Amino acid sequence: MLWIVLGVIAVVFIVVLLWIIAVYNGLVKRRIDCDNGWAQIDVQLKRRYDLIPNLVETVKGYAGHEKDTLEAVVKARQQAISITSDAAHAAEKGKVEGELSSALSRLLAISEAYPDLKANTSFLQLQEELASTENKIGFARQHFNDTVGRYEEARQTFPSSIVAGVFNFDKRAYFTLEDAQQREAPKVSFGS
Amino acid sequence: MAERPGHDPRAFGPRAQGSPIPGVPGIPGMPEIPGLPGSRDDKPQGPKKQDDQPERPRPPKEESSLNIAVRERVKAYPGTMTFLDLIRKNKRQSALLMFIMIALGVVIGAVIGAAMSFYVGPSESSILLGASAVGAVVALIAAGGGAAWSFYSGSDALLRMAHAKPLAKEMDPELFNVVEEIAIAGGLPMPRIYVIGDSAMNAFATGRDPEHAAVAITVGLRQKLTRDELQGVMAHELAHVRHYDIRFSLLMATMVGLIAFATDAFLRTTWHIGASGRGARSRGKGGGSGAGIAFAIALILAVLAPIVAAIVQMAYSRQREYLADAGAVELTRNPKGLADALRKLAGDTDPLVDTANRGSAHMYIVNPLSKMRRNPRERASLMSSHPPLMERIARLEALMR
Repeated sequence: MLWIVLGVIAVVFIVVLLWIIAVYNGLVKRRIDCDNGWAQIDVQLKRRYDLIPNLVETVKGYAGHEKDTLEAVVKARQQAISITSDAAHAAEKGKVEGELSSALSRLLAISEAYPDLKANTSFLQLQEELASTENKIGFARQHFNDTVGRYEEARQTFPSSIVAGVFNFDKRAYFTLEDAQQREAPKVSFGS
Repeated sequence: MAERPGHDPRAFGPRAQGSPIPGVPGIPGMPEIPGLPGSRDDKPQGPKKQDDQPERPRPPKEESSLNIAVRERVKAYPGTMTFLDLIRKNKRQSALLMFIMIALGVVIGAVIGAAMSFYVGPSESSILLGASAVGAVVALIAAGGGAAWSFYSGSDALLRMAHAKPLAKEMDPELFNVVEEIAIAGGLPMPRIYVIGDSAMNAFATGRDPEHAAVAITVGLRQKLTRDELQGVMAHELAHVRHYDIRFSLLMATMVGLIAFATDAFLRTTWHIGASGRGARSRGKGGGSGAGIAFAIALILAVLAPIVAAIVQMAYSRQREYLADAGAVELTRNPKGLADALRKLAGDTDPLVDTANRGSAHMYIVNPLSKMRRNPRERASLMSSHPPLMERIARLEALMR
């Protein structure tokens, strides 16, 4: 009789242990997805930094006297690069990246006035790459928020919330844009 | 739904309105396609051929009747519905269909087994049972081998069959970027991209998992879509990849094949035994009425099961199309892009007869074979691999309200 009781207890213990391991691993996996999602945003932001010098050079060749706009782009890029990308600086980083977006959109808007520039193939390529990179930044942020959503769902719903509480799985914040001006998609006109 | 001013659900990023891609027609090795319209038309295109609909001679009229049908259908969905609701609904229905399929296989196997054991008396059974066991093992190995083959090299075979050519980024940067954007949105690795040199409008995805995925698009479709529409189509294809639809439909096809094979083997065996005059009833003592009833049930089931299996398979295929549409909206957050693309596809009457067959039809975004697309409002038939375009458009536009 004693052995049966002990056996049942052992089986229950093993099942609970396996369940805890499974939930723990699931939470860790979702947390890694969040970190990876955040890193993917940085990859796309970095891609934008890399595209800008080429764009500035190309535009300079045709519209060199638009100094203010060109300098604004270069300055915004420098500023954005200088801020490290981590959770502590997320708000600041978002603001500066937003400024870079609007500086870029002004530059591209000005380009509209230069038919020679618009006929330049490398400019057209850069324009396509830049437009796509803007989309990729947006989609990377969307994906990051999806991963945060899945992580938070596992962290907060019962019964996995017990495991999350015991092992101190910390809360992850969604990526949000601070003000309405940034929420607006940068106005880049690609007139035909 | 037709007049929806300034709809722009995405908060991030500018979207270039796509231009006809200069790179595509010049791809080396691509067959020249005569008769492609040079200019892109933003308006939904009416059907070009009207030969099957003499009562509606003019394309604009047909298009507007599609609009009316879509608008009425949209009202059937609750106004608060989101793509998450759609996905949940589709998943439930897919799971139900999968369950029906497995149950069908189990029932048919059990009944045939029972009938056979009644039917074959102990005296003669050993040889026949041995033979049927060998036959079953052979069938299992064949089915397993077929499934394994299509699992590992089926996608390459399909791409070859469709005459799809791999595309490098330099050839069409916009298409490449659009696919990359969607891959980022879904957290998927970048799939390989193929182009099919055909003026018909279609696209498909293949690959056993996201790491081995490929998407293919016809030149005809590529040239007629704006960037938003292209994004919708590619998101639909990548949603198939993300949901492991290719693997699931392969599993489905294998089960349908096994059921058909088992029932066929059963029918042939009984016919053979019956012809040689050693049936249960002629033996008299062995079975009696129990054997007769079991045998009759098995016979009816054996005739019906393959048909039912095929119907379930097609229902499943249609369900996965809806799921991929909803999954596409999850990725792009822009139902309008895909809805507009489907409207354009509804106007296309070119079948992909050279490159697609019934075996690969379910892979495509719209049925590549059917005349159904000439009348997009046609109701779903039991044996069609795709839901009616009208219904798909309506579900997407229900998300846009």
